[in-house]
Amino acid sequence: MENIVREKVLEMRDLSISFLSSNARVNAIRAVNLDLFRGETLAIVGESGSGKSVTMKAAMGILAKNSVVNGGIINFTYTRGEKEKVTVDLLKLSKKEMRKHINGRRIAMIFQDPMTSLDPTMSVGKQIMEGMIWHYGTPKKEAYEKALDLLREVGIDNPEKRIKQYPHQLSGGMRQRVVIAIALACDPELLICDEPTTALDVTIQAKIIELIQRVQRERGISVIYITHDLGIVAKVADYVNVMYAGKIVEKGTVQEIYFDPRHPYTWGLLSAMPDLDTDDSRLYTIPGSPPNLKNEIQGDAFAPRNIYALKIDERAEPPMFKISDTHYASTWLLDPRAPKVEMPEELKNRIARMKKEGLQQ
Amino acid sequence: MFKQKNKRPLTAEGPDFNAKVREFLPDDFTLRGDAEATRIDTNFASQNYWLEVRSRFFGNKGSVISLMLVIIICALAAFGPMMTNYTYSEQNLAQKNFAPRVPGIESLGIFDGDENLRTTTGTKVVNGYEEKELTDVFYWFGSDTLGRDIWTRVWEGTRISLGIALCAAIIDMIIGMSYGLISGYFGGRVDDIMSRIAEIINGIPRLVIVTLLMLVLPRGFVTIVFALMITEWIGMSRIARAEMLKLKEQEFVLASRTLGAKHFFIIFREVLPNIIGQIITQLMFSIPTAIFTEAFLSFVGLGIPVPMCSLGSLISDAFNSFTTHPYQIIPPILVLALLMLCFNMLADGLREAFDPKLKEM
Amino acid sequence: MRVLSIKRGRRYDVKKYILKRVLISIMTLLAITLVLFILLQLMPGSPFNDEKLTATQKAALNAKYGLDQPLVVQFGKYVYNMFRGSFGVSYNISKNTPISQLIQSRLPISIAVGGMAVALGAVFGLVLGIIAALKHNTFWDTLCTIISVLGVSIPSYVFALGLSYTFGFKLSWLPMLYSANSPIASTVMPSIALSLFTLASVARFTRTEMLEVLDSDYMLLAESKGIYGGQLIVRHALRNSLIPIVTVLAPLIVDLMTGSLVVEKIFSIPGVGSLLVTAIQSNDYNVVIALSFIYSAMYIGIMLVVDILYGIIDPRIRLAKEGEN
Repeated sequence: MENIVREKVLEMRDLSISFLSSNARVNAIRAVNLDLFRGETLAIVGESGSGKSVTMKAAMGILAKNSVVNGGIINFTYTRGEKEKVTVDLLKLSKKEMRKHINGRRIAMIFQDPMTSLDPTMSVGKQIMEGMIWHYGTPKKEAYEKALDLLREVGIDNPEKRIKQYPHQLSGGMRQRVVIAIALACDPELLICDEPTTALDVTIQAKIIELIQRVQRERGISVIYITHDLGIVAKVADYVNVMYAGKIVEKGTVQEIYFDPRHPYTWGLLSAMPDLDTDDSRLYTIPGSPPNLKNEIQGDAFAPRNIYALKIDERAEPPMFKISDTHYASTWLLDPRAPKVEMPEELKNRIARMKKEGLQQ
Repeated sequence: MFKQKNKRPLTAEGPDFNAKVREFLPDDFTLRGDAEATRIDTNFASQNYWLEVRSRFFGNKGSVISLMLVIIICALAAFGPMMTNYTYSEQNLAQKNFAPRVPGIESLGIFDGDENLRTTTGTKVVNGYEEKELTDVFYWFGSDTLGRDIWTRVWEGTRISLGIALCAAIIDMIIGMSYGLISGYFGGRVDDIMSRIAEIINGIPRLVIVTLLMLVLPRGFVTIVFALMITEWIGMSRIARAEMLKLKEQEFVLASRTLGAKHFFIIFREVLPNIIGQIITQLMFSIPTAIFTEAFLSFVGLGIPVPMCSLGSLISDAFNSFTTHPYQIIPPILVLALLMLCFNMLADGLREAFDPKLKEM
Repeated sequence: MRVLSIKRGRRYDVKKYILKRVLISIMTLLAITLVLFILLQLMPGSPFNDEKLTATQKAALNAKYGLDQPLVVQFGKYVYNMFRGSFGVSYNISKNTPISQLIQSRLPISIAVGGMAVALGAVFGLVLGIIAALKHNTFWDTLCTIISVLGVSIPSYVFALGLSYTFGFKLSWLPMLYSANSPIASTVMPSIALSLFTLASVARFTRTEMLEVLDSDYMLLAESKGIYGGQLIVRHALRNSLIPIVTVLAPLIVDLMTGSLVVEKIFSIPGVGSLLVTAIQSNDYNVVIALSFIYSAMYIGIMLVVDILYGIIDPRIRLAKEGEN
């Protein structure tokens, strides 16, 4: 029976971040609320520029120099020692404290492009060992052995040879495995993956995703995926947060988002995903482009591109409406006074098809 | 189809109401209805490339000031010698080594023909004009050891220095550009051989080539231009070749080729306009190098033959008396330094304007 | 082609690289010698011009010095001599003195001054560039930019004159002219004047490189691993930015040679540079050619060393890619 109370690992409330450039202030994140529970996989989905990476970079304390956190909290709960649970607001920690206690040790991150993520002048082995030696003072020999183990864990053959090699001597897929090995070196509790497969070949993508899943299962860590690829989300996620223009517009379990989406932007995203059975002679795209976040946004940020927009969308931002205990969406269409608007026909058909396939499996 | 996981309750979220909305208007919940509005992209109106370049360039204060200074100096070079009634070679031994004297300003106590001379008995103030009782004679920059007007000579010299530099720079731009473009375009053996030749020529120190040439060939304007040009073109050719290699594989070249364009058409009419920015920047950079090299040659005695003068020869002449009559060496040095400084800053500004490095965000 | 490199192993690429570089260097030096030889032939007058000789005496002398042999043979001999260091004799500066003797006493002084200049310029330039990059967009950054632009634009002899005037003439802190009695003191100003261009170029280049490195993904990854402070800057940032700087130093050293001519003249330093200037001004072609050869050889040698160094330091060049997985 599922009556175990899941413990919360990460909690973001009202997070608001801006970037200051020479002539403007760009509000990249405007009031984001997010939850992650132990052992689960959360996917943050959105277009480029929606703010997905920034949210997680804030959690890691690696925001760009010209960024400013306007407000909000990021509560992170981790295990100290054997059993003790500590909760801390990551935004209140100094940079040094973040680096010493959190980065690498408790939260680890892997980035999009393995070619540029690795230091070209440092051997692969040294890069894996660096974290251990830095955080735990592990003696070199022990770190070396552990690095070999990690290389095996991430599926690299002949680790004794590879450990001495430099990043440019490895292929793309292998490099990303090394990046994952580096992330796991200090046994973190939370792993953040920022578009881990975007820069890789399609054949390798699946392997890397499977690797991350296996690692997650074996080590019991929680994972956050940042991605724009709905195919990956379907495969790995338990929970999905859809982001648009610096805010989360819909959140729910993966079934809820894929089978019962409520926000017009989510409709757009799902419709834009081509599949083999698409009848349409045209590919669907969401018209227009994301708003320029330099300007103050009045009302609903998605309104200008939303064919289902209501008049109130131009004046007021919709709150998070509850659809079920786990499913929320931020659109005025869910207000009881709003007209009944259904998702587009093609999307309905596709979802019906997906459900049928699911049942048949 | 999806992993069936426990549904865990999200913590209830408070109303995210946009505080501004206190009351609802009667038609709030009606569809906005204008589906066409969504199709317009308001954000990024594309701008003409050259307009953008221009606005970036003029936004850079350093570049603008440099440009103005260069224009002023050029204007003075063009009109300066005509502003006095001396010619650049006219000698008046009775009036040698006079300090600068400018009518009007002299009543302020500076530029009044006084100079401090260090003698064995101490410093004393000497005024050549007063000694010879010349109230109507003015040398704006003073006169040199042969009684020639420095003002006139400085601007004549600037004319010549600039002339040499411009000619050399333009010729070497044409040669270097063509060489690099052709080498890069044809690739393979041609490129190999051409690059080797360039490398070998580059291996010979500029100093050596220039010195030897100046020894063998008769002195004069043309020789100097020739000597300068021989060594400078390599820099330009490198840039042209690098750019060509970048653009060679692009589709517009392929398109042009399939339409039947001949090689030289593609090189000079398709690719060249795209790299003109880089070329102009490099041109601007090679001007100060040319000025410097010419000045250096003159200083060493290999430059412009007497009685013509260039900035370098002026500095050389004035060098011998620079402890006794420092005012003689200051104007040419100032002009030289300013010219080089301004052209360098100009070139820097141009480079930024054509290819801005967006370090923010 | 990739199959070949796997089979022969990774050493293959390094040796090939070095060999290629050495070959090109030798070829270049030979080409220069050829040019010099041709120029020598073009020089007005024969070596025995100003002696009062009859035709037969001239012919005899020509035969004695092998000047009647075919040009190719003469060239061969010439190359041999040059590489051996016997450059012939001077005609105008110091009649019949072997040029190698003239050069011998002067070369160490020039190298000392030049070496100091390079060291000063490189070290301070590096420091300035690193600080400017770390403190991007602050006062230090602006200062670095100003110094760079000034140092690069204003010729070294302007600086030399300025320094000489201020510290030598007006303030009398340092001697204005070289004197063997105080070799160190009198090389201070010349070295500083020479070093400014190097300093400015190195600072600018370092700054640009470091800024790019600081912005890169692997720095971000290192930070996300928890690395900060010295380890981050020195091991990751510096290590990556400094490699290309080696390539910039070579041309700078060459520019030093140019600058040294004038600086030596200004401070009356008895070095190789002022010898060259005097030779030029008195039309002593042999000396000019000999010195040109030496300069070229030095330059090519330095470039070769730098190229090889670069190949060794950067693992991307040192080790070839081995295979896909």
